[in-house]
Amino acid sequence: MGTINKTLKQLLLPLICLLIVLLINLIKSPTFFNIGMQHGVLYGRLIDILNRGSEIAILAVGQTLVVAVSAGTDISVGSVMSLSACGTCMMLAGYGVNSTTQLMVPLGIGILFGILLGGVCGCINGALVSKLKIQPMVATLILFTAARAIGLLLCNNQITYIRYEPYKYLGNFIPGCPVPTAIFVTIAVIAVVTLLLKKTALGLYIQSAGINSRAARISGINSAMICFVCYLICGLCAGIAGMVASSRIYSADSNNIGLNYELDSILAVALGGNSLGGGKFNLAGAVIGAYTIQAITTTLLAMGVSTDQAPVVKAIIVVIIVVVQSPTFKEWFANTEAKRRALAAEGGQKA
Amino acid sequence: MKKKVLATIVAAAMSFSLLAGCGSQGAAPAAEAPAAEAPAAEEAPAADEAPSEDAAPAADGDVITVGFAQVGHESDWRTASTNSVQAALSKENGIDLQFVDCDNDSAAQLEAVRNFIEQDVDYIVIDPIVSTGWDTVLTEADDAGIPVIVIDRTIDDSDKYVSWVGSEFTNEGLAAGAWLKAYAEAKGIKELNILEITGTTGSSAEIGRTTGFHKYVDSEGWNLLDSQTGDFTQDGGQKVMESYCKSYEGKFNVVICQNDNEAFGAIDAMKAAGVSYGVDGDVIVISFDACTAGLQMVLDKEINADFQCNPLQGPDCLKLIQALKAGETVEKQTFMAEPWYVSEDILKDITYTNNSGKEVTEPLVVVDAATVEAAY
Repeated sequence: MGTINKTLKQLLLPLICLLIVLLINLIKSPTFFNIGMQHGVLYGRLIDILNRGSEIAILAVGQTLVVAVSAGTDISVGSVMSLSACGTCMMLAGYGVNSTTQLMVPLGIGILFGILLGGVCGCINGALVSKLKIQPMVATLILFTAARAIGLLLCNNQITYIRYEPYKYLGNFIPGCPVPTAIFVTIAVIAVVTLLLKKTALGLYIQSAGINSRAARISGINSAMICFVCYLICGLCAGIAGMVASSRIYSADSNNIGLNYELDSILAVALGGNSLGGGKFNLAGAVIGAYTIQAITTTLLAMGVSTDQAPVVKAIIVVIIVVVQSPTFKEWFANTEAKRRALAAEGGQKA
Repeated sequence: MKKKVLATIVAAAMSFSLLAGCGSQGAAPAAEAPAAEAPAAEEAPAADEAPSEDAAPAADGDVITVGFAQVGHESDWRTASTNSVQAALSKENGIDLQFVDCDNDSAAQLEAVRNFIEQDVDYIVIDPIVSTGWDTVLTEADDAGIPVIVIDRTIDDSDKYVSWVGSEFTNEGLAAGAWLKAYAEAKGIKELNILEITGTTGSSAEIGRTTGFHKYVDSEGWNLLDSQTGDFTQDGGQKVMESYCKSYEGKFNVVICQNDNEAFGAIDAMKAAGVSYGVDGDVIVISFDACTAGLQMVLDKEINADFQCNPLQGPDCLKLIQALKAGETVEKQTFMAEPWYVSEDILKDITYTNNSGKEVTEPLVVVDAATVEAAY
């Protein structure tokens, strides 16, 4: 019971932030919350947030584990997304083909290949960080630079289009289902990782290795292995996010898929109240953080803020959220609150 | 044990530098290699052909050598541009072309141009990756007496080139405005509520197309509801249109996208939102670029009009070189003819005042299967 309360308390601030962003929308335009059915599918801004936030949420799941275990970030996730999208499209269309309506290999194999490419990238990052003890940012910088370029090579420097209807399902709708498929994918990823953390001791191991890797090793935990596994999961998540992003535009646009997503995913982890210094982590917080970022993006689009200026507004909101959640601010707030109460009590006594 | 670890590190480092090399630098030396070998290979056939030269109609005397430093091959558009130049400046036309693909590396491009100067080619054709930093190398070319022709992109910090061949983006925007005005009149549409999805802010295509189209928006008093950038990408166009569909539900009847990819995204978003568009729909869709897939959508009546950005600089380049060879003076700027594609056979042509202040009447091309087949 106690632990549940504690988790709830941790989630409270990220949740409040998300609600405030949504509340601003409610005041600005009440139609923001309209959800309707159109042509048999759900339609509305809230659905947009859930749908479009999928990639960041999936990335945030992997990123949280990486941050927790290694006190560093995987900055290659955006590029890996692009690489796995290119890999899949290259498999499906054949090398050098830039638009196809017929698949060279079954759809499932293509998608599996893309996700596996993500996994391979995760393994490379994991090996560099856990076995060779390279700083995470430096280690992942390699694929940050190289993965996108390898993707370009796979696609023969072109945008490869897969004009095959079922390929669009993952990022859009499965016929007859009113909910965007990306939402199901996100739920599945979160569920699998949560089960992995709760039903095995992995969650505990990650925390121990993150707090003190030596101490964890001495107490019998294979810290390096745990670290490797986290990077592997992060890579797989990037692969899955890449599939969703590629399916949305039924093509592999290697220059633009996942561009700047690594930053959004790190931000999501931070917004979720997780310390970037590693150790304890909160998966739900990171997912809420991801949707907060998407809510801000959707809000700015809805309010007609020019897309060039949007990052500035976004930055201001993020700064406020991060400041409110910082320990120093919390302490200051608690102190002023205590002083005010003390003063009130004194005043009461004097009167 | 230590040795083993060290070996692993070295092996990993080597394989990574290999991988990284493939992505960025690998292509540059590979591209330069044929350029370096070309002169040696070219001299032999030139000598062989010399006696029979007189018989060849195009060449008068010797073979003209031309060096071409291309940007890279990042899009279908660029590939079409390369193919066009290679086809026009061919052996049949009495030209020996040395082609260098600079893979978007401006240093490599400068190097390639210097190589051309050293090899003393007759003419140099450049599609400059960046618009500045050219003065020194162009002065070198000038001193060596090699005329430089610039295509597509522009050079801002030097005027030591003889001519530039490319597209006038402002005219594309003006033509779109003129077409929309005529089309609305023909269809009896009184009120135009326009949503705009622009390209990457600050790119020359975005600036030109916006400027041109906005001239019509201002003079005709059209209602421009909103304008946001889609970064020339399909995902960008889709995201912006998704939001537009909700903000301006039922309030818009024109969507103008500044390239075909954005239009694909916008059309997907409208499809999802149940907005009817295209020839028989409520919303008029205008696009630019007119690549094959874009024209296919014009043929399918999903895009109403598509304004081409012509990538085929080859024939104009050939004309320039032949004029220079004949000792004629050439225009400093050549704007290529750019077809305007439409899906309906309602209007024959459009008349507008182009960016140079001339009133022009240009034909509209109704797209059929053959046009799509012939597109780049």
